[in-house]
Formats: sequence, C-alpha cells, structure tokens
Amino acid sequence: MGLLDRLAPRKSDPDGSIQSSSGLADDPVFATKALRKFLSCLTSRESPALLDLGPVVGSNVSFFGEQLGCKIFVEDIFADLDRHVREGKSDAFPAFLGKRFPQEPGSVDGILCWDLIDYLDRPSAQALATQLMRVLRPDGALLAFFGAAQARLTTYTKFIVADETNLRHRAYPAARGHQAILPNRDIIRLFPELRVSDSFLLQNNLREILFRKTT
Amino acid sequence: MNIGKSVVIKGELNGSEDLTIEGYVEGTIQLKEHVLTIGPNGRIKAQVYAKSVIVLGEVTGNVTATDKVDIRDNGSVDGDIVSPRVAIAEGAHFRGAVDMQRKGGATTPAAKTDGKSASTPAAAPAAQAAGTPQRVGA
Repeated sequence: MGLLDRLAPRKSDPDGSIQSSSGLADDPVFATKALRKFLSCLTSRESPALLDLGPVVGSNVSFFGEQLGCKIFVEDIFADLDRHVREGKSDAFPAFLGKRFPQEPGSVDGILCWDLIDYLDRPSAQALATQLMRVLRPDGALLAFFGAAQARLTTYTKFIVADETNLRHRAYPAARGHQAILPNRDIIRLFPELRVSDSFLLQNNLREILFRKTT
Repeated sequence: MNIGKSVVIKGELNGSEDLTIEGYVEGTIQLKEHVLTIGPNGRIKAQVYAKSVIVLGEVTGNVTATDKVDIRDNGSVDGDIVSPRVAIAEGAHFRGAVDMQRKGGATTPAAKTDGKSASTPAAAPAAQAAGTPQRVGA
C-alpha cells in the first residue's frame, strides 16, 4: 500500500491549493504530479542517497529517511544565496557553487532542486546544473520546479511533503526574488547530460520537471 | 549531571548517566544508553555517541544515537547524523547528512582524540577552565 493509499484525497480549490486539515493549516497545500514519480525512482534503489538543496524541513527528513530509507544530504543553497546577496558577493556565487558539493561524482540517486533555479542568475544556474549533473548517478533523478512569468516571487518557499501527491508551500523571506523565468528549452539546455522524463504544468502555474540522467 | 556555562572540556568525555552540557566541549562524547542534552548555551565541537541527543545549542561534529536525535528550535548541528529517529524543529539549523538506517549505533569511536580523558562523574579534574572557575554540576 502506497503512502497515497493511506491518506484520503482532498478536494482542490480552483487555484490548485487544498485546505489542510492538520495543525499546519496556514500553509497552502498544492498537488504535485512529479513527486510520486521521483519517489518511485528513489525506491527502486536500496538505501538511496538523496541530495536536498532546500532548507532543512524536519518532516521531510522523517519522510525520506524513515519511510523511504534514504540517506539525506541537506545542502541549503537558498541560505548560501541569501548570504552572498546580503554581503554583496553575488558575482562570486557561480564560483562558490563550483566548489560547494562534497559528494563524489555519480554518488547521488536523487536530487530535490525545488525551485532554486528561478532565483539564480544565468551563470549561477549553469554552475549549479554542472555540479548536479556531476554528482547524480546514471539513471538518477532530479526534480525541479519552475515558476510562471506572472508569479515572480519575492519570497522563498519551503516545500513540505504532505504525501506522495501533495506539498505544503511555506513562504519565508528572501534576500532577492525570482530572477529570470526560464522557458522550457533553456531549462533543458541547462542540463545537457539529463533527459526530461516527465513534465507537468500545474493549476498554480508551477512547472514540475523530472529529469533522469542518461546512462 | 550538568556541565555549567563556564566549563570548557577538551578531550574524551565518557559517562553512564544522563548529561546536560551548557559549556564548551571539544573532542569526543560517549554516553552509552543515556541522554545527552546540549543546552541553549552549550557549544560542542566533538564526535557524539549516545542513546539520545537533544540539541538546543550548537554542535559541530558527527552525531550518532541509537534511539533519537532531536534538534530543537534554535538548535544547530553542522555534521552528519546517524540515528533511527531524527526530529528537526522549525527554526533549527542543520547542515550535513542524515542516515536513519539502523546499522548505526553508539559504538566506540575508532580513533581517540589526543586530549585528556574524562568520565562524567569525575569530569572536573580533566576540565580546563576558561578563565573562570570551573564547575561541574549545577
């Protein structure tokens, strides 16, 4: 029985959000189509290694660690970006990213990129993509979200896994907002060593793209 | 047992009872079958092995617990965690890897530090006071 089967589906609002019935009622809940596919990529491996580029979320650690048996690397790139922006060192961020990840090449089974790339300038996005392609193992999966042009956020979002098909979105302050909103072709060009496995445009205009590394 | 705010310990800290640290410890901490609490004022730069670890202060180093690691609000861990259960509160800081497989445990560390050895019941003699009188137990 999957996680989805243990949790009753909830009715979506017109904007795609769902009212949470838990104590986290302030966080809107949005459906996700790609997470379940990402999870199935992970669970095909024993003790998969997961790289999470977002801020640490305790319930996500429990979800991926306890329920799925992942070894989780928490590398909060949003915090690094914030620090560089506050210190006026944004120009140094691409070089920083080039040395940021201690993981061995091909050592990671899955990467949760969330919507990080939306907040990066082009050189930083390319530097990040190069490193993610390096650490991802062949046939490994990368899940990334991309916003739509009309929703240029000035906050970051913590994506909290509610279940296999729903994510809570919790906004928190950002030193700078969205940069470029990339069209799909530019996103694909960022990751020449990956192929798009699945792509979804959600009701809330979030694009979910699941990449797999070519073998 | 408490290690107070003014106490600095460098070396190996072993114990057979629950321990709360509000001071500074550098080296290795081993509490088999017992709970280690890093208080809000506690600062740890050490490899930690215990049954349960509760972090309200700052830890730099790897943490291994046979039961649970609990990083509370404003608690901070820079290092890898091996424990079957991990709780990280909103507002906590964590950077490192989390391995919740049950292959880990509060095993004896392979390499000892070159510092002095001190077990918790007699920690005071091995503790090095940081300018102020050292005090173990509060």
